[in-house]
Amino acid sequence: MIKVDRKKCIYCAGCVSVCPVNALTLNETEIVCDASKCTKCGICERFCPAGAITVIRKGDDDEDTE
Amino acid sequence: MMRIPNEADVVIVGGGPGGTRCARECASLGLKTIVFEKRQEIGAPVRCGEGLGEAWMRIAGIDLDKRWAFQQMGGAILYSPKGKKISIPTENKGWVIDRKIFDKKMALDAGKAGARIFTKATVYDLIKDGNAIAGVRVETPDGKFDVRAKIVVAADGVESQTAKMAGINTANPPMEVDSGYQYQMANIKFDDPHMISLFFGNDVSPRGYVWIFPKGDDFANVGIGIVGQHEKTAKYYLDRFIDAHPEMFGESAIVEINGGSIPVGAPIKKPYGNGIMVIGDAAHMVNPIHGGGMGTTMEAGIIAAQTAKKAIDANDVSEGFLRQYHDTWMDRRGKQLLQVLKVRRFFEKLSDDDLEKLAGMVTPELLLHFADGKQFSAFMSVLKKAPKIAIIAAKELM
Repeated sequence: MIKVDRKKCIYCAGCVSVCPVNALTLNETEIVCDASKCTKCGICERFCPAGAITVIRKGDDDEDTE
Repeated sequence: MMRIPNEADVVIVGGGPGGTRCARECASLGLKTIVFEKRQEIGAPVRCGEGLGEAWMRIAGIDLDKRWAFQQMGGAILYSPKGKKISIPTENKGWVIDRKIFDKKMALDAGKAGARIFTKATVYDLIKDGNAIAGVRVETPDGKFDVRAKIVVAADGVESQTAKMAGINTANPPMEVDSGYQYQMANIKFDDPHMISLFFGNDVSPRGYVWIFPKGDDFANVGIGIVGQHEKTAKYYLDRFIDAHPEMFGESAIVEINGGSIPVGAPIKKPYGNGIMVIGDAAHMVNPIHGGGMGTTMEAGIIAAQTAKKAIDANDVSEGFLRQYHDTWMDRRGKQLLQVLKVRRFFEKLSDDDLEKLAGMVTPELLLHFADGKQFSAFMSVLKKAPKIAIIAAKELM
């Protein structure tokens, strides 16, 4: 699962284009992540031109809140 | 409410210039054509540097229109890592355009030719007859609809889902995509508002470049593309570049922010299947050196439309027939893009010192041809004076 900082996201869908498991979609201005597909590989996190994506990894504080 | 037809000859998914140019061609050939665009507005948000060469306008059959063509470009100025300038005037002039207006004009032309276009219409699934694609399932503000089609064209861009639904792998290898960020800036001071400026260097833009595409005497797209899996972001490098050039940007204002991903690898090997063709960014049909994809997608859209017409007339939309689309595209463009890909792979192996050395050795004319995937042997013979670079070139180009 990923967290998208909407203050940084420019909804360009760059993350969607690189996701190897097709877990992401862009709906108008919102990136939606399918938690059942996401493998937390981090490719979208490294790709994002705006630095808007954080992968929620095990042990992260906000994992429970997602 | 706009009634959505329940069948068509061709359904095109995506209302960018590839999709609408394909639609215009299909409709002109007498095919019943529908375009579905997921966004609520065609042309926005922009994900493009907005440069388009006049040669592409001729290929795409588009008349120059000052409503979207802002400023004519006479060539490019390349800046080496240490600031050496190489000025490359070109015979093939280009324009810096406004995609918001251009894309809408393209859609209007498709509509005038007879195509039906629906916005805020998301194709969420494909209809299949056995192993052949036979239409789309689309969701609109008015509900969900099934639309049967003889042929579906996937023109839904770099994040294409349609082709994947058909089992065509359009996934972008992470290292074969560039990460882009761009500002539209007002009140800039540049050397020459009739030349695009490109700034190179691994410290300026890792495996990419910073571009300035003037839209007027003091107004430009200032953007960057960097290698897709870098520890720092494209935005970081663009901001740093702007901060480092107060002589240009000291008084400037950012009026728009754009971004996106740019496929700079090889086009996908099989952009077709039973009842489906894939065009443009979705099929990675992009120039790997400059990342331009508007011209290539419009050209592919026209070829796809002509193939669709032949296939429907022959009552054969199997992949065996539709491969004609890909064969024609490879001959006309694909093979050249594969040569250009070699040039990209060569450049990305060079250090800043190598780039600096190269900048002092090649003529602007040769560089222009080389970047176009041509005159490799002439380029190699120039490199006789630089054995280290020649070894890299021999490996990547031959």
